[in-house]
Amino acid sequence: MGERTSTMTGVLGWLDQRMPVMDFWNKHVGQYYAPKNFNVWYYFGSLALLVLVNQIVTGIFLTMHYKPSAAEAFSSVEYIMRDVEWGWLIRYMHSTGASFFFIVVYLHMFRALLYGSYQKPRELIWVLGVVIFLLLMAEAFLGYVLPWGQMSFWGAQVIVSLFGAIPVIGPDLVVFIQGDYLPSDSTINRFFALHVVALPIALLLLVVLHLGALHEVGSNNPDGVEIKKKKDASGKPLDGIPFHPYYTVKDLFGAGVFLTLFAFVIFFEPTFGDLFLEYDNFAPADPLVTPAQIKPVWYFTPYYAMLRAVPDKFFGVVVMGAAVLILFLVPWLDRSPVRSIRYRGPLTKIALALFAVSFVTLGYLGLQAGSETQTLVARVCTFIYFGFFAAMPFFTAIDSVKPVPERVTMHD
Amino acid sequence: MATESVNHGRRRFLTASTVVVGGVGGVFAAVPFLSAWKPSARAVAAGAPVVAPIDKLSPGQQLVVAWRGKPVFVVRRDEAMLGTLAGESGRLKDPESANDDETALPEFARNAHRSLKPELLVLIGSCTHLGCSPKLHPVVQPEPWDAQWKGGYFCPCHNSRFDMAGRVYQGSPAPTNLAVPPYRFEGDVRVVIGEMEAA
Repeated sequence: MGERTSTMTGVLGWLDQRMPVMDFWNKHVGQYYAPKNFNVWYYFGSLALLVLVNQIVTGIFLTMHYKPSAAEAFSSVEYIMRDVEWGWLIRYMHSTGASFFFIVVYLHMFRALLYGSYQKPRELIWVLGVVIFLLLMAEAFLGYVLPWGQMSFWGAQVIVSLFGAIPVIGPDLVVFIQGDYLPSDSTINRFFALHVVALPIALLLLVVLHLGALHEVGSNNPDGVEIKKKKDASGKPLDGIPFHPYYTVKDLFGAGVFLTLFAFVIFFEPTFGDLFLEYDNFAPADPLVTPAQIKPVWYFTPYYAMLRAVPDKFFGVVVMGAAVLILFLVPWLDRSPVRSIRYRGPLTKIALALFAVSFVTLGYLGLQAGSETQTLVARVCTFIYFGFFAAMPFFTAIDSVKPVPERVTMHD
Repeated sequence: MATESVNHGRRRFLTASTVVVGGVGGVFAAVPFLSAWKPSARAVAAGAPVVAPIDKLSPGQQLVVAWRGKPVFVVRRDEAMLGTLAGESGRLKDPESANDDETALPEFARNAHRSLKPELLVLIGSCTHLGCSPKLHPVVQPEPWDAQWKGGYFCPCHNSRFDMAGRVYQGSPAPTNLAVPPYRFEGDVRVVIGEMEAA
């Protein structure tokens, strides 16, 4: 083992001789070469990280006042809202952050679909991302149960009951998850443990892996051009620019815009008209009275609409689960020789547009009561949703493609 | 280290056996953690079968016991009450209890009187609409909600009506009949709610 000598002096030099501080900085920030043609879609990765930090920091402060018990949870949240200094702000930052997390993550995922960012060699980044998405959904659900309002209780009842649709072990599994025969004190207590300890640790680890995998192969870009193919004499990609200062500054600007919108919602529309915080959840949980209409928070409604569109309980749960799990297969379903939508043919563009429209429509339908027409539309959209993935190996293979340039295109 | 003295077979064996023994240990170590997720003794006690005495129950009288956090009604019906059941079929949503699955109506209660013993009715006392607890109005007399009232349950929350077998009347917001919990009798003296006679 040879001694490493640091070029740094002082405290940083002392540290650098004992730990690869500068190596790490250079590899991931200072000399991480990212394509120079990132557009607005490329804000959402760093914004997701920003929201994650927001959730962790505000979450830590909420745990200082929140009481995870069926008897005290609801009043402790009201206590945070009314009596704790600035408690309302911290709580609204956390609850609004949850919704913004999903806005940012959905856009981040759509970006990957647009520019084929999941294609070889970036399959693992996509797969890790889908795992993060799954954990995020679990984290959001668990968090929504904690205030122990009416929607918390009945949402827990409905979501946990989904596991009851599994043949043979289902009913016992429901009792196992709840730790009781109905959502109760033990349920809220364990959901709290998972929400504040287990899942955040898993999420952080996966984010590290997601970024590690990204920095190993390098970022994709709106042209889908591999920038590592054209390097200058010193081995740096010709179309690459160091992440710092170029993208740190760009992302800071994005963060500024994002925080402006975020602050607007926190201060003026924290419930966002029943979407971010449901009105029924401002009433304490009552195991004997179900609210008139049970619906999940907006970010789950596309999947909830699919669940309702299927007339069979077990098959409905299967469809709902498959809708998320099918995302794992995307890197292997896409047979196109090009990555970016810019150089793909009309078939792919139409398919992706139909997919996006059906997903948003499902999201809308999941918020509605579910009339016969709405159920019919939800079925059509569910069909399109799955059809997009099922047909992907075919339309991507036969679709026409435009020639991909050697270098990234710039418009300045 | 002298490489020529390395016994690779022994190394492999030791490594493999360490992995196997460690793996078995890991499985056993998982048991307490997984078991900790099961309902605790306190939750089991709250969800355990409930024993209620029925020998002092006179005709028309109702006993309410809590089982798994829900009210359970035990009523002794007389001949006249049982006599009203057949005549009401035309006014009920689901007179044959066809929509009640196994959890809402155990096999033993799949009969005209929806009970194990004809005279003793056992029901889960939460309305299938929004879970309020319906009230027993056993007397045959005109009531504000029904001029031809033959006795049964009336839910004060949203006016759901049920007959003396817990079957829901047409025009009630409740979609299904009141559920029957699993139960068995200990002689003529006690009812055990939450347990069934082994089939």
